[in-house]
This record gives sequence, C-alpha cells and structure tokens, in this order.
Amino acid sequence: MKPFHYLRPTTVKDAINALASAPNARFIAGGTNLIDLMKRGLVAPEKLVDINSLPLKKIEQKAGFVRIGALALNSSVADHTIIAAKHPLLAQALKAGASGQLRNMATMGGNLLQRTRCPYFYDTAFPCNKRNPGSGCSALEGINRLHAIFGFSEKTGPPTCIAVNPSDLNVALSALDATVVVQNTQGERRIPFADFHRLPGDRPDRDTTLEAGELIVAVDIPDAPFARNVHYFKVRDRASYAFGLVSVAAALDLDNNRIKTARLALGGVAHKPWRLFEAEKMLVGQPVSETAFRQAAEVAMRDAKAFEHNAYKLKLAPNSIRQALTLAAGIS
Amino acid sequence: MKDKNEIDATGPRRDGDHHQEDRRLFLKQSLAMTGLTLTPFSFFNAEPDSYSVLAGNADRVDLSLTINGVKRRLSVDPRTTLLDLVREQLGLTGTKKGCDLGQCGACTVHVDGQRVLSCLSFAVMQQGRKITTIEGLSNGASLHPMQEAFIKHDGFQCGYCTPGQLMSAVSCIREGHANSEAEIREYMSGNLCRCGAYPNIVKAILAVKTSGQSV
Ligand SMILES: Cc1cc2nc3c(=O)[nH]c(=O)nc-3n(C[C@H](O)[C@H](O)[C@H](O)COP(=O)(O)OP(=O)(O)OC[C@H]3O[C@@H](n4cnc5c(N)ncnc54)[C@H](O)[C@@H]3O)c2cc1C
Ligand code: FES
Ligand code: FES
Repeated sequence: MKPFHYLRPTTVKDAINALASAPNARFIAGGTNLIDLMKRGLVAPEKLVDINSLPLKKIEQKAGFVRIGALALNSSVADHTIIAAKHPLLAQALKAGASGQLRNMATMGGNLLQRTRCPYFYDTAFPCNKRNPGSGCSALEGINRLHAIFGFSEKTGPPTCIAVNPSDLNVALSALDATVVVQNTQGERRIPFADFHRLPGDRPDRDTTLEAGELIVAVDIPDAPFARNVHYFKVRDRASYAFGLVSVAAALDLDNNRIKTARLALGGVAHKPWRLFEAEKMLVGQPVSETAFRQAAEVAMRDAKAFEHNAYKLKLAPNSIRQALTLAAGIS
Repeated sequence: MKDKNEIDATGPRRDGDHHQEDRRLFLKQSLAMTGLTLTPFSFFNAEPDSYSVLAGNADRVDLSLTINGVKRRLSVDPRTTLLDLVREQLGLTGTKKGCDLGQCGACTVHVDGQRVLSCLSFAVMQQGRKITTIEGLSNGASLHPMQEAFIKHDGFQCGYCTPGQLMSAVSCIREGHANSEAEIREYMSGNLCRCGAYPNIVKAILAVKTSGQSV
C-alpha cells in the first residue's frame, strides 16, 4: 500500500477544505470498502481524511422528512426507533446486507458510494472500463453471471460496462425517493436519489454524480405511508453474508385491499438501483392480487436483456418481484 | 511489560502448551523491545495544514488507545490496520488473520464494546477508543462463559476461527440477537468456519443465552 498522509478534521468545513486542495485525497468513513480497495492497489490516495470526528451521526425526524447523518452506522440506522416505525423497508434492506461486524462499521455515506463487486474490476490482469476507461469490458464476453440485465444501450455499440451496483441500502433508498445532501466549498447541494447513481454511458468509471471533493452530509427520506406493507426480498448464493444476485424493495400503501401507492426497485440488475416506475403506475388502483403482481412483474421486465451467464435473472427478477409484493401485501 | 490483560486466553490449555507459551512470551518481549527502540516521535515534521487537527507525516502518527483495559501510547505507520497493530506491534496474536479483506470474521474484536473487523480499519482511526481482543475477554485465568460453552459444546476443531467466533458470539447476545437458532445463524453469518463447527457454535451460544449469564 502506498504511504499516505492522515488527517482527522473535526468540522465539515475543514474536511471539505482538506479535499479541495488535494486532487488525490479521499475521505474515509467506516473504511470497509476503501481499505479493501487500497489493499488491492485499486485506490492509492496520497491523503486520507478521516471524517469520523464530524458531527454527522444523528437520525432525526424533521418537518416532512427523516434526516439520517452520513456517518450514522448501518447498524444504528437499522435498529433506530424512527426508522423501524416509519421506514421499515430501509431497516430490512440494511439488515440483509453484509454482517453484524460490517454493519457496525459501515456508514450511510460510504454505503451509497461502495464500488461494484464485478470480479473483473478487482482483477487487474483483465481490461475493465470502470477501472481503466477505454481498456474494454471483460465481463461482456466473460463470466457475466452476476451482471446487469438493464441500463445499457447497444445502439452505439457494445455496452461500456455491465457491472451492477452492489448496495442493498441503495435499493431501499431508491424506492423511498430519498435525497442525498452534499456539501462542497460553495455550500449545500441536494441530489434526488434517481440522479445520484448513474448509468455507465461513456463514463463507466463514474458510479455517481458526486463531484470530486464533495462530502455527503445526510440522506433525507420524505415522510410516506410505507410503515406496514413493505418487504425487502434478497436472493443470494448463500443464505446470509453475500451480495444479492437480485433484490427487490417493495412498498405498498393499501386502502381496503386496493393499492393507493406502490414503490418498487430492483437491486443486482443494473449499474444503479433500478426503479420500476412503469410497474408502480400499473399497480395503482388495482386490488391486491396475484394477477396484478404478475402483470407488474411483466411490465418491469420489458427492456431486460441477458448475457451468456445471467439469463437466469430474466426469470429470477420477475419471480422475486411477485414474491416481494406478495410478502409486502401480507397475502402469502 | 506483560500485564494481566496480556495473558493468552485463546482457548483451552492442553498438555504441551507450555513450550508454546514460552515462545509467545519471548516473541512478545522482543516485539515490545523493538517497539521501544523503533518508535520515535516524528510529530515534528507533521504537515503544516491549517485544517489538520491531527496530522502525522506519511511515516508515523501518534496514537493513544486502550487495549484490554491498558492505556497505550503508540506511534504507528498510518497504513497499519488495527489487526496488524494488535498482532504485530503488540504481540497479541489471539486475533487471527484469515482473509484480510473483511470476508471471514477471524479478525473480529470489540471497539467501544461493538464487534468490528480489525482487518478493515486503520489503527490510527481508533484514537481514544477502547479495544477488546480475545486476550481481554477472560477475567484473568478464569474463562469467559462463552469460552466455557465453546469447550463444553465442542464449538471448534482447528480453532483458527474461534477467537473471532467468540468475540462475535458475545456481541450476538449483547445485541439481543440470540433468541433462536435461526437468529443466531443469521447474526453469526459474518464468521466463517472452514471446519464446519457451526452446529456446535450455535448450541454454545444458545446455551449461554438461555443460562441467562451476563456476557
Ligand atoms: C465481505 C463484505 C460483504 C458485504 N456485503 C454487503 C451486502 O450484502 N450488501 C451491501 O449493501 N453491502 C455489503 N458490503 C459493503 C458494505 O456495505 C460497504 O463496504 C460499506 O457500506 C461502505 O461504507 P463505509 O463507511 O465503510 O465506507 P468507506 O470504505 O469508508 O468509504 C467508501 C467510499 O465512500 C467515500 N465516502 C465515505 N463517506 C463519505 C461521505 N460522507 N462523503 C463523501 N464520500 C464519502 C470514501 O471516500 C470511499 O471512496 C459488504 C462488504 C464486505 C467487505
Ligand atoms: S481477516 Fe478480517 S475478515 Fe477475514
Ligand atoms: S474451527 Fe477450524 S475454522 Fe473454525
């Protein structure tokens, strides 16, 4: 590992300034993703700015939204009374991720920014457009069992990157219409969740629209009627402690068995959390039924496209959508 | 240099362990000595950044923390993980290095009472914190109830994953997630065991939990 200077600022302003003056500097929060990447030589910051002394750990109910500080630990958020009462979908998604130890270290901000788990991104013997833009995507013709089925266009040639975003938290926050609150040297910027993560396009190296040096300070979740009929459904290679192959965040607001509002997002299928707006629209006004859920799953899968090793996702994803909706509605 | 909290308590004593103990003591003493001679304060050439509350240069950073109840003032290379600090610099070799990438749980320790992976944290990030390693779990020579239970229920074979399993098991009960076999399996999933001692590990944890002993 390359040597680095280590700083521990205590104010947001100092933290931002520490990065503003150094292009090859990084924030470190829980360290669970960054240290992994540094050990593998994929990231080599000259300066590491430890943000753990910043006052960004609070979880608070504000007028119309819940604000979660960027340094709130995944375990604290998952167990918090406000989250359990108002956003149980978020608690479920967090608890489905990583392990007890990792959740005690991982922060909200760090989780939003964790890098993909595509094996070719980690293996420097292979070309990878995300690690080394322009070198090519090894997954396209390689072992692409874990890879995307949505979010790339082939009109202008082969996709630049078919890696997926690995975070469970992101899938829930996408369904809950969260906003990422960011500070930079100019002040505050609010990024709607749908605009926070990006599709690979011509910059597969960029996972998000966060600019260099910007600090995530909080995540805001608007109040919503999703305290009861929610379910985070995650399918993985083993029962626990594994990244999702496909996951579904489902939230329903029911009125006498009729769907007033629906939220659906998929994980493990695209370069960003994959919100299913069309399927949501289709569900509104329908009675809770297997038929409605099957139709929603069909609508959701319209643009899906598989590669050599991940065609199973074309079945797994719609089945998971139906299962998540069924469990959310409580009719299983 | 050897205080009561540095007594090895990584598992049951077996005949023939004395030789091993002597070797560990020797290693510890020599590590402690090199520690003394090789850790000058290099704070003077810290970067003069106005915003840096604490900055070391890239070679050495000052660090004070409490390990197993003992306060330590150390000087570390910022690249040192907490795992390498306890094993290599402090000679507390009970904590194990399995994957070194956060995937196995062998390196689990408690920081301010919470279980974490020491391989995915830099030592310098632990300034002012209280670290408990497996060596600090027992009360002197008397084993922690979880250690007793692992012996009684045969919760290990080769023992490599055991220190991590024990630290995690204690947290699993403290966090209130040891109420059933299924819950224990879920909340212990971050600790892998290549020998497959899982059924007995689960039994041991459930036994401690149902006995109502304080952990
Ligand atoms: C074995 C293993 C299994 C895992 N399984 C899962 C899983 O099943 N599901 C899942 O969702 N996740 C899983 N994870 C990933 C884990 O959730 C992430 O590593 C963690 O959330 C990252 O958070 P952190 O605070 O440790 O980030 P760090 O490693 O500290 O930081 C990550 C990145 O974010 C940047 N950063 C951090 N905070 C901020 C901020 N406030 N503002 C701006 N930039 C910031 C850092 O500079 C860095 O680039 C797993 C990880 C491991 C090692
Ligand atoms: S050594 Fe830390 S998790 Fe494997
Ligand atoms: S006892 Fe051998 S790895 Fe667990």
